Amino acid sequence: MAGTGRAGNVTRREALIGASAAAGSLMLPGGHAWAQGAKPAELKVGIATYLSGPASVFGVPGRQTAEMLFDEINAAGGIAGIKVRPIFVDEGPGVDHVVGEYRRLVQSEGVHLIFAAISSADCIACAPLADELKRPTLLWDCGTQRIFEDNRYGYAFRTQANATPEILSALLYLLKVKPDFKSIAVINQDYAWGRDSWDIFRTAMNTLKPGVKVSAELFPRFGATDFSTEITRVLALRPDVVLSTSWGGDLDALIRQASDRKLFERATFVMPLAESSLQRVGKALPAGHIVGARGDHWFLHPSPADPERLKRFSDTYKAKYNAWPIYPCFHMAQAVSAMKAGIEKAVAAKSGGWPTDAELAAAFKGLEFPSPTASVRIREDGQGLENQLIGTTLHSEKYPFPVLTDMIVFPAESVTTPVGQKSADWLKTLTPDMVANLPQAQAFKS
Amino acid sequence: MTWLSENGILVGLALLDGLSYAAAVFMVAVGLNLVFGVLRVLNVAHGSLYAIGGYTAASIGLFAASLGAPPWLGLPILLAASVLVGVVFGPVIERLLLRRMQDREPVLQLLVTFALFMILEDLQKLVWGVQPVVFDAPLKWLGTVDVPFGTDVIPFTAYQLYVLPGVALATLGVLAYVLRYTLTGRMVVAVTVDREAARAMGIDAAKVTMLTFTVGAALAALGGALAAPTVSLVPGVGASTIVLSFAVVATAGLGQIEGAAVAALLIGLGRSFAVYVAPEFEVVVPYAIMVAVLLFRPQGLFGVAETRRI
Amino acid sequence: MTRRSETLLALAGAVLILVLAYAVPWLRFVLTIALAKGLAVLGILLLLRAGQVSFGHALYLALAAYTVAFGAVVVPEALLLLPAAALLAGVVGLLIGLFVVRYREIFFGMLNLALSMVFYSVLEKFYALTHGADGIRLPPVTVLGRPLAGESGEWTVLGMALVLALVCGALVRVALASPLGEALAGIKTRETRLDFMGVSPKRVLLAAYVASAVMAGLAGAIIALTTRHVTPALSYWTTSGELVFIAILGGAGSVIGPFLGAAAYELTRVYAAATFANAWQLVLGLVLLGVIVFAPGGIWGMITSRRRAA
Repeated sequence: MAGTGRAGNVTRREALIGASAAAGSLMLPGGHAWAQGAKPAELKVGIATYLSGPASVFGVPGRQTAEMLFDEINAAGGIAGIKVRPIFVDEGPGVDHVVGEYRRLVQSEGVHLIFAAISSADCIACAPLADELKRPTLLWDCGTQRIFEDNRYGYAFRTQANATPEILSALLYLLKVKPDFKSIAVINQDYAWGRDSWDIFRTAMNTLKPGVKVSAELFPRFGATDFSTEITRVLALRPDVVLSTSWGGDLDALIRQASDRKLFERATFVMPLAESSLQRVGKALPAGHIVGARGDHWFLHPSPADPERLKRFSDTYKAKYNAWPIYPCFHMAQAVSAMKAGIEKAVAAKSGGWPTDAELAAAFKGLEFPSPTASVRIREDGQGLENQLIGTTLHSEKYPFPVLTDMIVFPAESVTTPVGQKSADWLKTLTPDMVANLPQAQAFKS
Repeated sequence: MTWLSENGILVGLALLDGLSYAAAVFMVAVGLNLVFGVLRVLNVAHGSLYAIGGYTAASIGLFAASLGAPPWLGLPILLAASVLVGVVFGPVIERLLLRRMQDREPVLQLLVTFALFMILEDLQKLVWGVQPVVFDAPLKWLGTVDVPFGTDVIPFTAYQLYVLPGVALATLGVLAYVLRYTLTGRMVVAVTVDREAARAMGIDAAKVTMLTFTVGAALAALGGALAAPTVSLVPGVGASTIVLSFAVVATAGLGQIEGAAVAALLIGLGRSFAVYVAPEFEVVVPYAIMVAVLLFRPQGLFGVAETRRI
Repeated sequence: MTRRSETLLALAGAVLILVLAYAVPWLRFVLTIALAKGLAVLGILLLLRAGQVSFGHALYLALAAYTVAFGAVVVPEALLLLPAAALLAGVVGLLIGLFVVRYREIFFGMLNLALSMVFYSVLEKFYALTHGADGIRLPPVTVLGRPLAGESGEWTVLGMALVLALVCGALVRVALASPLGEALAGIKTRETRLDFMGVSPKRVLLAAYVASAVMAGLAGAIIALTTRHVTPALSYWTTSGELVFIAILGGAGSVIGPFLGAAAYELTRVYAAATFANAWQLVLGLVLLGVIVFAPGGIWGMITSRRRAA
């Protein structure tokens, strides 16, 4: 039973005690449970994630990863000797709920750190709150590049990349493996991410390979379940390439329906988020299509910095939740790793003393921390520099779903908008030698 | 080149997609409409029953497949699962909740189903989790049909081309026949038209209500079960389904079975053509059609103006 | 309950809100949102008096919120933005009202729903302007020239919401006791009788509709000023459903009901979400169900019946 979390094992009595304790703590006057500079008895971390609605396909694996890693940290004695405890809040009800929850986490629960959020809207709303309430906040999964390009924050940091490198690397990969494509159709979800990602892709494509014909721009409703009209249209138009940045149930349905109707035989698909769907759609997705993972997240990463670390992470997750970790799991692992590294750095800077909120926040600037596959550095503008991995699907007998081959790992700096520039402008300055200088592709090793 | 010579032949393809989409929409809306006719309650939980029907069908289907059941068995499993959901949920919801609310204000009755929707939404998540679920054995088994398109061919799945419209037509036929020519059906119609008069004539309105609600629940579940082979079931699928069927019901005229079919057809074809002509307005199509219809026919396509009670 | 005791109760409630907001700082935000939603529900209450339920008032909420978000770029003064947003909501309410007051019951509800969904799509469509689902962050706003930010900003918005709630509550109470209120109740019971008396039911309903749009507009503006981030989700049908939900939860018997309902709703949601992050919808659904089945007069009804019993 995926998704029940731990609630299934809790007895009624425990639940009642928990409920009354939680209700009691809610009524306590707020304020800083963390006296500035004093070492807390327990480190509380508020985590905003989707526990309801369609995006819970990411939110629940994220939560599971957090529970797994927090347990691991506590088993090893905590961070700087302090045990950590996650407090989850649901992003499902929308921005005003999350903003209220953010305040509650800070002012009532007295959390020391916050991980927010999956939805870009929630991140955009929470980042200024972080500064206002002076609580270090790690943006753990949201994609929009607007946050640190439009504003600067002292307390908000992103522990992963953003939409620009995620989409740009997929385009570069396409230009490398299929340089002579002449036409493209796009089927994206009709909401901010679907539009934004197409904007990035198109802007970069027009710079690097002008003259590609856009056969169709289709934006089916977010949460759509039936794509037959879109598929028929694309089948008839016969573009060389089909781009879809969709995710979750939408992407699963699109892949299955396109597969049933042999669209994969007529066009090369580019799906920058499909790593998160591979295990569910299985071999309905044929070999030879381009797949990304919003970062260098792949449990079979061809050249991880620390192979033991990746193997341990993937195997533990698999053993616990009966699935290989997908990108939100990696994103959560990065946030947890950043938290650990940040606190340790701040404690060391105070030679063992406990940092204030401001000192902790300052520790995240320029912080470099290990991820399951490599390492991530937080730039001075708060943006994380994370490598990107794009590959081509391959059917292997070892796994019941497609694996990736011909993987290219894009170094973070090469695909990320430099500090102080806006993506829309930077993408127009790209030059074709970028494609020529790409790293070597690495094949799947069974 | 004019638009038509470039796209004219595409219109034919849009028609095929529109028909199968209309069939799917009809399957969800018809149960809602039937229930509204008899109970005068717009059942918001209809969307949850749709989702539960889909999940149940997928679970049973996947379980059967894991025992080595042949793929053709998938189709009867879809049907059986919907009947199961209808029989389990229908009488319980009707007897425990709606019957108690019968004489209350309509808005209270509606909100009861809204509360039920919220409860079922979370229960469904607790049972089936959040990962998308699919059961495509029947679709795979039926394979594809190549539809000629100029010098090209466009593959459609046989499931989409034959099964969905087929089941929708059969449902329409059976319902129309039952309502018109059988005693039970006529009792349902009598209660729909005038509950008090029907009672006065000795019709057991409570029994008719229970029966209708159960059939409605089963139809919602069937809608979900039929969708299970093509769509991925995720949390929230019920919510998006229910608004669409509301639009169909209001467009159709309340309680009108044939009206639901015509409205579903309008919406299905309208959406499909929008993808070709103006893809950016695809989402608005059902509402635009509804507003347009109600502008000219305030009681819906097939609705009859109620005589005013003085 | 007499006018005097109701006034006293309202003032006591206002004091309680201020005390709570002082004692529990994070509740300031929740209470501001609750007051805003209560304002919108006051409008729903007016329409309920006429027996009509709108499932689309989120349209006015979102319209006003976006007006504030866009307007703040030009004129960052909250005391100008607030009336401007309410005025725009009123004007749009008048235009839409001219169309929808011709319809009753489910058609009235569904048309409102359809229009709010169209607005929702528009917000998503004009993505270059609205950033779609990501929403817009409000630029810095001032009150009487002083920046609306930090703790003093929170108190200011809470104060504005409280004043608006008291004023609008008083106005609605007067309106309901006036001939207009009688006429509204007339629409619910025997609409034709109004015609005979020479009162146009459409005009009466239109007046109530515009008033409700204005109040929803005020609510939207307050929500925008307090969350400082607006998204299209404000106009989604579930937001409208929430307003109706609150109306029933609070009780339609008094103008205090909407605020009781809104406070109960927001607090239940926050506490449920804090205790059962996985299943808060279920808790909310159960609460609503309990209220409807066991206390059809809502929270207000519970209070008054206890007083009567005592």
